[in-house]
Amino acid sequence: MNVARTESPPMRNGQQGAFGSPVIRVDGLRKTYNVPERESGLRASVGSLFRRQTKEVVAVAGISFDVAPGEVVGFLGPNGAGKTTTLKMLSGLLYPSEGEATVLSHVPWQRERAYLRQMTLVMGQRNQLVWDIPVADSFELNRAIYRIPEAEFRQTRDELSELLDLGPLLTKPVRNLSLGERMKCELAGALLHRPRVLFLDEPTLGLDVTAQRRIRGFVAEYAARYEATVLLTSPYMADVEALAERVIVIHHGSLLFDGGLGALVERFSPHKTVIVDLEHAGDGFERYGEVVAIDGLRATFRVPKADAAAVTARLLAELPVVDLSVTDPPIDEVIDTVFTSGTEPVVEAVPELASEVVPVSEPVPA
Amino acid sequence: MIDLLHLYRAEFKTTIAGQLQYRGYLVIWLIGLILEPVIYLSVWSTVAISQGGAVDGFTAADFAAYYLVALVVSQATFTWIMWEMEYWIRQGTLSPLLVRPVHPIHRHIANNLTFKLLTMAVVVPVVAVLSIVFQPNFTISAWSAAAFVPALAMAMALRFAVEWTLASTAFWVTRVSAINQLYFVVFLFLSGYGVPLALLPGPVRVLAEWLPFYRMLGFPVELLLGRLSMNQVVYGFAAQLGWLAIAVTLLNVMWARGVRQYSAVGA
Repeated sequence: MNVARTESPPMRNGQQGAFGSPVIRVDGLRKTYNVPERESGLRASVGSLFRRQTKEVVAVAGISFDVAPGEVVGFLGPNGAGKTTTLKMLSGLLYPSEGEATVLSHVPWQRERAYLRQMTLVMGQRNQLVWDIPVADSFELNRAIYRIPEAEFRQTRDELSELLDLGPLLTKPVRNLSLGERMKCELAGALLHRPRVLFLDEPTLGLDVTAQRRIRGFVAEYAARYEATVLLTSPYMADVEALAERVIVIHHGSLLFDGGLGALVERFSPHKTVIVDLEHAGDGFERYGEVVAIDGLRATFRVPKADAAAVTARLLAELPVVDLSVTDPPIDEVIDTVFTSGTEPVVEAVPELASEVVPVSEPVPA
Repeated sequence: MIDLLHLYRAEFKTTIAGQLQYRGYLVIWLIGLILEPVIYLSVWSTVAISQGGAVDGFTAADFAAYYLVALVVSQATFTWIMWEMEYWIRQGTLSPLLVRPVHPIHRHIANNLTFKLLTMAVVVPVVAVLSIVFQPNFTISAWSAAAFVPALAMAMALRFAVEWTLASTAFWVTRVSAINQLYFVVFLFLSGYGVPLALLPGPVRVLAEWLPFYRMLGFPVELLLGRLSMNQVVYGFAAQLGWLAIAVTLLNVMWARGVRQYSAVGA
């Protein structure tokens, strides 16, 4: 197996870090599902009435990792990698098929109240809030559920409202909120009891860029303020980059990488994709780097990361460039390629996902 | 305990706020609820009158009293958990409830009681109006009225526990509506709702007295109307207690296994 442990988990100032006992401890955790399986057609349908065939699907294939107090860890992997299943096991929703885990010294799937009161799971959009009543009333309900003392509740609610800018939303019924507004309120509702451990499953999914940034900033702020330990999954690399110093990559249920974010990017995307739009057609592009595609007036190059600045400078100087962008390849794609081929990642250009679109008149960042 | 009371108060408030947003739905629901016993009452009254005033000792006025009290008891004891649980499980909305430090049953009990309180405000005047129309023969003594209160409370608890237990089959069975349907047919005939137990054929009546359904509806009704002997009342309370103990035990077992099943197949 292709597991890389490039460095020990990073420590945060003033916290126990790797030397304290881990908040989350996962050892050989494995989850398989028995999925009913039958062929199509009437005969198979009738047959399945009597004989149910099931197929074993491995969602998590035995993973181990520790998370130290106060760490924010990004949990990466393509769809179906086993991220959500792992979060569900750690939050107590799923029984594992094999392996052990403790969170805050509790075995999650025993669902002890003392544990549930100290953690939160944010998954999807409709968890915390009651659909038909104003947000503030849902918060009151959570106060009763988590037995939050009045003064502490008010303080936390006001802090969360301020951090997330909830003021005008609190009096609106949940069903009248937009997706982004609802997610902000969901998050606040999930944090009123000041959980020490946060499991966030794609908290920014479906949100626009501004809202994503807002949620990201908020999670970072919360984690720092309350010294919370966060395990976060996201399909957006930007979330993980902004929040986590450490990432755990799983794919097909197995641990692929566990280490610092820098090491991950180095390891999995040693290349950048450079896309230029030209004023008129040209040739001899090979001298700038590997040409991935030429589509009309648009040329796409794959350039070693270290050369990206030099290459873009040369492109700008030597070609009639109208527009230029430098992108990191989508991380899921890179990881996928790495895992399936077992060789160096092959970077494919995806212009829509350009992370930095640089106008020609401005200096190109390195 | 104080925390639990606090939780119930918060659930009351949210349920009331939520329910009041659907007044139209509430009214339609209530009409259906009221219409059902009124239909049985009309049918039996007609039969009584056509048979020269009484069926097995039940006059039209007795039927009216029986069904008006049955309406109140049925309204107080019914639950919708068998639909709700299926929805919770199918839609995955059970998951967020499971990661909270309270048993989901509290939410349902609180919602149920709130809904009952809200709808009682309509049911009581309706019963008053129906009393004027049907001229029931209410012969209620002080002691039967006093005994009615715990009998009704036990009936509510029993029906809640039985229906919660049945609802838990949704953990294993994909479509529980068939089970629901069967349950309601059995309930209709053996609880005393469709037919007062006294009018059932002998063996069926004995069966009905042994099974729990009558303890959830017919027993408190007949108790209030003074149709039961002291022996029957004492036996009735004992039966309620016994069935409640069984139902609560089953509920706990089914729920624990169900949640385990839910957690195994992908919550």
